[in-house]
Amino acid sequence: MLEVRGLSVEYATDGAPVVAVDGVDLDVAAGEFVGVVGESGCGKSTLLFAIARLLSPPAAITAGSIVFKGHNLVTMTEKQLNALRWRDCSVVMQSAMNALNPITTIGAQFRDVAHAHMDWSPDEVAERSAEVLRLVGIDPIHLKSYPHQLSGGMRQRAMIAMALLFTPDLVIMDEPTSALDVVAQRSLMVQIKQLQRQLGFAVVFVTHDMSLVSHFSDQLLVMYAGLIVEVGPTRTVFDSPAHPYSRGLLEAFPSIRGVRRPLTGIPGSPPDLARPPSGCRFHPRCPVAMPECATTEPPLYSVGRAQARCLLHAPERAPLSEVRS
Amino acid sequence: MTLLETVGLTKHFKIGGNVSRRTLHAVDDVNLSIDRQEIVALVGESGSGKSTIARLLARVYQPTSGEIRYQDRPLSSMRTRRQSLAYRGDVPMVFQDPFSSLNPAYRVAHGIMRGLKLHRRDLNRAQRREEALRVISAVGLAPGVLDRYPHELSGGQRQRVGFAQALAYRPKLIIADEPVSMLDVSIRIGLLNLMTALREQEGVSILYITHDIASARYVSDRLLVMYAGHIVESGPVEDVLARPKHPYTQLLLSAVPDPRAPLSTDSADQGEPPRVIDPKPGCRFRWRCPLAIDVCERVTPELRLLAPGHSAACHVATPEPSLSEP
Amino acid sequence: MTALLVDTSGAPPVETVARRRGGFLGAVRRSRKAQVGLAMLFVFCVFAVVPQLFTSVRHPNDLAFAPRLPPSGAHWLGTTALGQDIWAQLVYGTRESLVIALVAGAFATLLSVVVGVSAAYLRGVGDEVLSMIINIFLVIPTFPLIIILATYAGKGTLPVVLIVLIVTGWSYGANQLRAQTLSLRNRDFLEAAKIRGERRSYVIFAEVLPTMTSLILATFLGAALYSVLTAAGLQFIGLGDPNSISWGTMLYWAQNQQALQTGTPLWSIAPGLCVALLGASFALINYAFDEISNPALRPVRGRRRRRARG
Repeated sequence: MLEVRGLSVEYATDGAPVVAVDGVDLDVAAGEFVGVVGESGCGKSTLLFAIARLLSPPAAITAGSIVFKGHNLVTMTEKQLNALRWRDCSVVMQSAMNALNPITTIGAQFRDVAHAHMDWSPDEVAERSAEVLRLVGIDPIHLKSYPHQLSGGMRQRAMIAMALLFTPDLVIMDEPTSALDVVAQRSLMVQIKQLQRQLGFAVVFVTHDMSLVSHFSDQLLVMYAGLIVEVGPTRTVFDSPAHPYSRGLLEAFPSIRGVRRPLTGIPGSPPDLARPPSGCRFHPRCPVAMPECATTEPPLYSVGRAQARCLLHAPERAPLSEVRS
Repeated sequence: MTLLETVGLTKHFKIGGNVSRRTLHAVDDVNLSIDRQEIVALVGESGSGKSTIARLLARVYQPTSGEIRYQDRPLSSMRTRRQSLAYRGDVPMVFQDPFSSLNPAYRVAHGIMRGLKLHRRDLNRAQRREEALRVISAVGLAPGVLDRYPHELSGGQRQRVGFAQALAYRPKLIIADEPVSMLDVSIRIGLLNLMTALREQEGVSILYITHDIASARYVSDRLLVMYAGHIVESGPVEDVLARPKHPYTQLLLSAVPDPRAPLSTDSADQGEPPRVIDPKPGCRFRWRCPLAIDVCERVTPELRLLAPGHSAACHVATPEPSLSEP
Repeated sequence: MTALLVDTSGAPPVETVARRRGGFLGAVRRSRKAQVGLAMLFVFCVFAVVPQLFTSVRHPNDLAFAPRLPPSGAHWLGTTALGQDIWAQLVYGTRESLVIALVAGAFATLLSVVVGVSAAYLRGVGDEVLSMIINIFLVIPTFPLIIILATYAGKGTLPVVLIVLIVTGWSYGANQLRAQTLSLRNRDFLEAAKIRGERRSYVIFAEVLPTMTSLILATFLGAALYSVLTAAGLQFIGLGDPNSISWGTMLYWAQNQQALQTGTPLWSIAPGLCVALLGASFALINYAFDEISNPALRPVRGRRRRRARG
């Protein structure tokens, strides 16, 4: 349903442009939950905004295609995009407090959204608003409330309800749970999954917390320095991560169960995208880097049911010495 | 040997305008203690009062009632500037936000040198510079960092500078208020390992305040769980996690995402800790508690010893059979 | 074990905004407007410091020449109705106008900083009192106040003009600085300084002020601009010293002698234009500071973006 090919996004700067997203491919089937995981600066939010066609200067899409239900979003005009926006594809932002207008009621904001995209009568709008609020577990009486009167978790749910007003086929979510505490987070994730099963929409979910999506996503993409470094079924990526970065990320989560043992994390910090390392962008921090990693940019190689951008998996190499997760 | 303890520590804030005066109970009747060379984790969600406790211990706020005792002397008795400075030198704080905890107008060395000037008067200028270099390398940074500006450093580096500033005082106890929450996941482990190393190598205790119970387990020796201004459970960290006695602790543990464990049965809990305004007596968790009974409505539970070193404030929790009732 | 601790990273992540890269000079180099403004200011400064280099007339106010002469080789802008060389007056007048701008601007800014920052930092009663004072001065209609003060002070000598300008020009900046300090109040590094045990006065002067240098400089430029224009206005309506050599006095006399109607328009236009240009130079330099503190205002240098092919 969503097919992204070779998408590149650049930020214009005083000097050379910074490539925030570099030739990314992404496939989302109908009803699929796709998790995009990475740390700050990896380009995942930029990717999301590019797909939603919400980028503004100095950022711009410089290459690639985004084919959504047969139409290439990159070449569409604003007018054509507006026909699709919210009805077929909607967006849930990271912080509801930033995305909701603090001086109007929730109901008024739902009305604004409805009027912007559809010609419904006031009654239809009110009915649908109440319906979506109920779907996310909020009493429709809160249509009259202001955002600050709701708790953090409820505000996020209201955002999700707004995104579902027209039962879109695709909902893009940019770290919707990061401002919430762990119990509210769990509850919201469960709710999202439930709604997804109920209404059948696909989700592209961006987060920096890999463990959050582990139980909910079907497909997992790991991004680093603007590239996809690993992609595959979630369980596969978790059980046997093929890329040293994914492995490092998984190792960086202390567990509350099992034996307590020292972890190492990943030394160093993500690269400056204005001057990315030569060859494999992860090689300066990679525990198993080889000499050729500094000179060769690896493509995505197939590794079982997943793909990884790592020279360790180049088919011409001898069988790997260690693949342990 | 107890380094710092609080007795009935309470902090209330007045909210609302002049017409409707209501009281926000941020911290109520908290008794905690921290020994030498131990890392104690204080875990709670936002609004639980953990940040208020940090600021009470750092003397940013004055307690509404109750006492804080440092090395057996109450803080209220430290009135002169000299005594106050001595305490501040022993109990510094590390902040959550790496992007606002360093003054952007000065180089990194500035904060460390100011701290040394105030708290280590015995050193002359050259010795201060040396000490600054020592603490910078003790936190794993290159000496050149001292001459950089904060905006040239990454978030992880800035947090390390925060620890270096605290170390420069030769502290006994560092209050770390969510020091890793705003850092990337792969950087967090480095800071957490640093905290354990500081305990070993520098002999400091750390009060590690966080909402992330997994990282609390990773670094700490003892765990305190806070809910709505109360400490609801406390004990050795492995004990509390293996046999949580308080229903809130159990809820927290079930909600932590763990890719290696199967998804636990979903609870209907939507997860909103309350703002405690003008509360009535009774357990503050009762509305969300699946085990609440009659007495929970009327009587505020106190911390009871239920296993060796392990207490919980719950009417329903039962003591371990090994522990004989007093 | 220490190997685990060593943080080997060098480069900060992309989203770190490098503020004040290269400081003031860097900002000026990047901003065309600031360069123009600085150039203009420089020219005026030269005129003020060494006026004798630009004209042979040593006493511009002397009635030494034939009145109402048109522009010529001897008198580049002609002469006034009283027989003075306009160009000479203009050049020598630069000094007073510049002095007024810089001195009044500086003292007004000093007052703004002291009152504004203290109000925000003291909070409570101190803030209430100081804010009230700021607001009173802000709200009083300035021109009538100026007129009253100037008349009350008697002769409009230079010190009087300066005092009047400072008294009326400080409150706007004070409000801005107070607002900025309030927003800074919750920054962790200030709390850290307090927890470190620093005294309040130290925190205000050594921790808060250095982070506001660009705002303070912008306040100064605004105050200087205000002073130039208002001083000219005061002198124009006759509240200055009619015997001084300055642009505003030229305007006064020009109006007095009806220069525009009697064929010596340059007598009015030239000083007016200079006032405007000096003011504009401050405003243009101010743009550079806006652009430093708010990168969103920087002009996006056009790199033509290729339209992506599907």
